[in-house]
Amino acid sequence: MQGALRLTALDRAARRAGLAPGLTLADARARVPGLAVLDHDPAADAAFLEVVADDCDRWTPLVALDMPEGVPDGLILDITGCAHLFGGEAALRMRLLAHLQRHGVSARAVIAGTPDAARALARSGQGGVVPPGGEAQAVAGLPVARLGVNAQIVTGLSRAGLKTIGDLAARPGTPLAARFGADLLTRLARTLGREDVRLVPRRPLPECIAERRFAEPIARTADIEATLALLVDDLALMLESRGEGGRAFEACFFRTDGAVRRLKIETARPLRDGVALARLWRERIEALADPLDPGFGFDLVRLGVMRAEKLTPAQVSLDGRAVEEEEVAALIDRLSVRLGRERVLRFLQRDTHDPDRASALVPADGASLPALPPPPEAPARPLTLFDPPQPVEALAEVPDGAPLRFRWRRVVHEVARAEGPERLAPEWWRQPEAAPTRDYYRVENREGRRFWLFRAGLYEREAQAEAGPPRWFLHGLFP
Amino acid sequence: MDTIRDVAALRQMLAGLEAARLPGVEQSFCLGAAGPEAGGVRLARGALHEVQAAASADMPAATGFALALALRAARPGTAGERRPLLWVRQDMAEAEFGRLDAPGLTALGLDPARLILVRARDGAEALRAAGDAVCCAGLGALIIEIWGTPKALDLTATRRLALRAAASGVTSFLLHGAPQPAATAVATRWRVAPAASTPLAGDAPGAPSFCATLLRHRGGEGGRPVEGGDWKLEWDHAACTFRDLDPLSRTVVPVPAGRPDRAAAPEARRGTVVALRRTG
Repeated sequence: MQGALRLTALDRAARRAGLAPGLTLADARARVPGLAVLDHDPAADAAFLEVVADDCDRWTPLVALDMPEGVPDGLILDITGCAHLFGGEAALRMRLLAHLQRHGVSARAVIAGTPDAARALARSGQGGVVPPGGEAQAVAGLPVARLGVNAQIVTGLSRAGLKTIGDLAARPGTPLAARFGADLLTRLARTLGREDVRLVPRRPLPECIAERRFAEPIARTADIEATLALLVDDLALMLESRGEGGRAFEACFFRTDGAVRRLKIETARPLRDGVALARLWRERIEALADPLDPGFGFDLVRLGVMRAEKLTPAQVSLDGRAVEEEEVAALIDRLSVRLGRERVLRFLQRDTHDPDRASALVPADGASLPALPPPPEAPARPLTLFDPPQPVEALAEVPDGAPLRFRWRRVVHEVARAEGPERLAPEWWRQPEAAPTRDYYRVENREGRRFWLFRAGLYEREAQAEAGPPRWFLHGLFP
Repeated sequence: MDTIRDVAALRQMLAGLEAARLPGVEQSFCLGAAGPEAGGVRLARGALHEVQAAASADMPAATGFALALALRAARPGTAGERRPLLWVRQDMAEAEFGRLDAPGLTALGLDPARLILVRARDGAEALRAAGDAVCCAGLGALIIEIWGTPKALDLTATRRLALRAAASGVTSFLLHGAPQPAATAVATRWRVAPAASTPLAGDAPGAPSFCATLLRHRGGEGGRPVEGGDWKLEWDHAACTFRDLDPLSRTVVPVPAGRPDRAAAPEARRGTVVALRRTG
């Protein structure tokens, strides 16, 4: 058994030739000498399924991966409320299959009242639309293995003479649950269409969406921008009627060849102004490092609001202060969109003595945080900090004298004035391995340049430490 | 519609009344130190000013000086008091001189919550971001920190920034470390080097001190030309003002060119010969 090569998946021609998954390669070659074989690559299969799933977003935003054995092996689309857009369920199914066929994907599709019923039918090689309420009848003839229960239960059921789902459905539930577990009953109920189950979509669902489909795909940047401007107007109306403004937006561009490109923007304040939004999108598209590649054109552009917040029309104060704040927020939005959120920042101060952690930078378009009151009599701190501190060679009195001379970036600095040490111990409750205590000195050289130096480690502890003698670092520069 | 027009008219009227009286709408600001004050050095609001480091290693001093000027422009008691400051910084500056730190900003007198930091990958991106920011009247001041001499930093770019600053009223500071920069259209140009500070008790380094040279001034009050000069200044963050570091060593204040040379009059008399007859 070990080491044998086996078939895992087959196309239609191979099935017709009588091969089946699980057959060893040697047997298969014996039966069909001209068999073309490729290595099984589950990762590539999963990646391809993701691409198909992306493309299927064009039918409904609610697409989930079907994972019967923990491996993605099919797609489930919730088309509730979408079918009428494509001319009914049967028409939607035909269009979807034709679309996949055009891209060389052969698929089976079943539309049924519950995902489990549709899955059981599709995996049995059937297709079509199950009329509402007809699930029990449609699945009655399928073998029990299609319920997706494990092999032990299937064997147990077949020993009891229960071969099909119809047989199971005719039995009273309680003895089955007692013998095979409640899971079997749940699966049965779902497959028979008696109980529905919520899908877990692959992507977060937008709060509201606007989209444009094109019979003739669009490819020019001007057309794309004009389309976005139209969609933005649609969204603005929707948001206004809800009394909300969007904080995060996502645009999806569906290419005719199935590739999907998604762009996101986030704003500093709830926004529903069509002009401002259109400008942000223009900026976003201009700032793309890899431009929007239309290929043979986009046939669907969708714009969704991923996160919305309450937005009440603001009263403009007489002195125009509200206007100023709006202007600054709009500027932050524009710069964030163009440069990226991680490049437009605000300071976040932390209540700690550790200079490395005392301040952090957070995106400026996030929620503003309450500022810490400055501690009274704060010790002097440099304007700029090096992260990590830069090693210097220093000459200093032992054990804790200020440096007399140090060399940084190949320049020797003679110290004229110095203040210190300011002894800062590491935050031991954060770092399990003890970092050395730092003695900080504020020094000024002969030219008047001011530096913040520290010695990592103390001379009196040198004997215990195996790290060697204390070393000097430059941590910051004063103006 | 009428109400909107009435409110607009009222707002305009109030702005007109305020313009004359409120200190916040002054068209220019001074450094606050006696030396430059005597030279008639005032910096225009809503203009582009340039601060360059005397040497590349003096960039920390130039940075501190530019921030101090920005704080002067939006100091308490003026209209820009509560407005945020925007600092466009190139990544190279951060690599070379470290990242800006909130406690250090506090030490210079700026509430870090007021600062918006924009990181730009290169000079062109920094100038483009600055071009957007300078149009935003809601900013108290704008600092543009450029590394080296990017091609994009030329007369046209700085002229555009200056015009936009004049339109929006945002006082902007162009900060760079290049000793020979391209021609720029700026209202004032300063060259900054660090100065030895007045020591505190125990011979500790004192307040931030600068040796600031005014290289160019396009005209002071009433369009009078202002002579350049250099001053040793220190920054008092609590009072948000510069002070003369060492009043004795400062240079002689040059006479404004637009006025008659008063000092020249006694000089002329000194040369006359007075005949005295010896007696006895």
